[in-house]
Amino acid sequence: MLSSLRAGFVMLRECVAMSMSNIVSNRVRSLLTVLGILIGVTAVIALISTVSGVSGSLSSSFSSMGAGTLTVNVTGSDLKTGMTAEDLDELRAMDIVDGITPNVSLSARVSRGGSYDTGISVSGRNAYYFQTNPDAIERGRTLSFIDEDNRTDACWINAEMVETFFFGVDPIGEKLYISGVPFLVAGILSDEQAESVSDMMSGGVDIVIPYTTALKMNNASAVTSFTVYLASGVDSEAAADEIEAAMDAMFSYEEDCFTVTTMSGIEDTMEEMLNMMAALLAGIASIALVVGGIGIMNMMLTSVTERTAEIGLKKALGALPWQIQAQFLIESFLLSMIGGVAGVALGLALSFGLCRALGTDFALSWGAIALGTGFSAAVGIIFGWAPARKASKLNPIDALRSI
Amino acid sequence: MGTFFRMRGICKSYFVGGEDAPVLKNVDLDVEPGEYLSVLGPSGSGKSTLMNIIGCLDVPTSGEYTLLDQEVEEMDEAGLAHVRSREIGFIFQNSQLLPRLSAQKNVELPLIYAGVPPKQRKKRAAEMLERVGLAERRGYLPTQLSGGQQQRVAIARALVGDPSILLADEPTGALDQKTGRQVMALFRELNDEGRTIIMITHDMNIAKYARRVVHIIDGELTEGGGTEDA
Repeated sequence: MLSSLRAGFVMLRECVAMSMSNIVSNRVRSLLTVLGILIGVTAVIALISTVSGVSGSLSSSFSSMGAGTLTVNVTGSDLKTGMTAEDLDELRAMDIVDGITPNVSLSARVSRGGSYDTGISVSGRNAYYFQTNPDAIERGRTLSFIDEDNRTDACWINAEMVETFFFGVDPIGEKLYISGVPFLVAGILSDEQAESVSDMMSGGVDIVIPYTTALKMNNASAVTSFTVYLASGVDSEAAADEIEAAMDAMFSYEEDCFTVTTMSGIEDTMEEMLNMMAALLAGIASIALVVGGIGIMNMMLTSVTERTAEIGLKKALGALPWQIQAQFLIESFLLSMIGGVAGVALGLALSFGLCRALGTDFALSWGAIALGTGFSAAVGIIFGWAPARKASKLNPIDALRSI
Repeated sequence: MGTFFRMRGICKSYFVGGEDAPVLKNVDLDVEPGEYLSVLGPSGSGKSTLMNIIGCLDVPTSGEYTLLDQEVEEMDEAGLAHVRSREIGFIFQNSQLLPRLSAQKNVELPLIYAGVPPKQRKKRAAEMLERVGLAERRGYLPTQLSGGQQQRVAIARALVGDPSILLADEPTGALDQKTGRQVMALFRELNDEGRTIIMITHDMNIAKYARRVVHIIDGELTEGGGTEDA
């Protein structure tokens, strides 16, 4: 038993040596054959690793931006269309809540002098918005409770608005017309304003005005979207439950009046979407692997035909069918693995470069590496099986006749 | 000493063009251990087919073939491979060396399939190359050797597994007269040591080196008697 195992091991080692010798002696053909696998694996690894890196970066950005915040969107009921100032005060009074800022959005036509622009994103906020995001203001004053209470016509504009309407002019104190209403520019928003995730997802904010003023411009009396800033150390999932409970009472326990979204929920959805995208792209890239496998099969079939005499000779010298089959199968496996390993290395290098270019972190995906090498091994075995079997089934006489 | 192999009523035909084409017709042949037999016949007479059957590379259409007291017909693929590996040493007309392998590696080949460990394999192959006078050429590729040297490597490969019988198909067919004579001298030497040899040839001048000659014409075997040395 032990000696037959040892003989089998010796045989396999010889098969590997003979296969390597064949691959090296036909190096150009072997190289062209492994190209298909190399391209396929490179594509799969590069895509999965890059998406993994982007996903990681997005996740950390989300976490840093949205740590300790909840986003609430209100659809309302027949009796209550949104949140009043009193409702928001009631929520603000909860121990778990540090502050609340409403988000009253409108798309406006903005003009000054002869120039105008449409579709400008205007967001109605409260004083708490600038208190929580002190970096949001580059210069000028912040939005105060007086602006909020008196519905002042003060606005804070970003660099793009400055460039569009105040080229060469200091905008602070200047007039700007938003939907025909004259506003005074009170401050300039910084380029790196720490916007909320909802702002970022809606394409960013160009102008901030007091939310009370925004409600007036929208002819609305209730807030339908707001961000809750949680007190330090509060678990967001537990806080969401508490907020929901409080709001259920405000909406008389009617169903589907609002949604409370935590950052982890958004992160999960985003990650799910990215993973789906990665799987789809990897699926498309794996077509190259199948094409590569067909290339290997083609080369192995040619090789069997070319080496018919060699097969016949080996059979005459005592080679068993499984030994012939093993040699060709190992050759196909090695060819595929050479392409696979090179593809993994190239794919990781490509992914590293892409991540650097995109400004995201490079994440070494062991799963992708295992997938790439595993898939290569499978391709080598599956596509090498038929040619190897053909070789093992050759009649030694027919094979020797081809000499 | 018993019969090495025994053939009775061996027939072999191939199905060609919709009908059976007989190649061997009722061949009876007994070979004793240590014999040096030559099968002499013109091209197309069926001598290579006979060699393939003796060498367990092919099976007869009908008849009985007993090799070393075993019915060849009853052997499976693995059994036939085992017999080829352990009992028979083949020498082909064009030496049939693998061009990518050195002389040493070519000689080692049968031992690989016999599962001989590498160290032992290398030692035995080196000994065989020395036996055929090519010890200093063991690292050479076949293309770097002359025709005679290639055939000697093939003989070393046939001998390395210490087979019971050497089967040679036109062993001097691709060699010049002088080299052919050297190979025949080597065969005689091996036979003197007790090795059973069966040689297939169409050349009477080569056949006469054997101690016994049988003639094959149109698939029929006739005893030709011994040679002058027998």
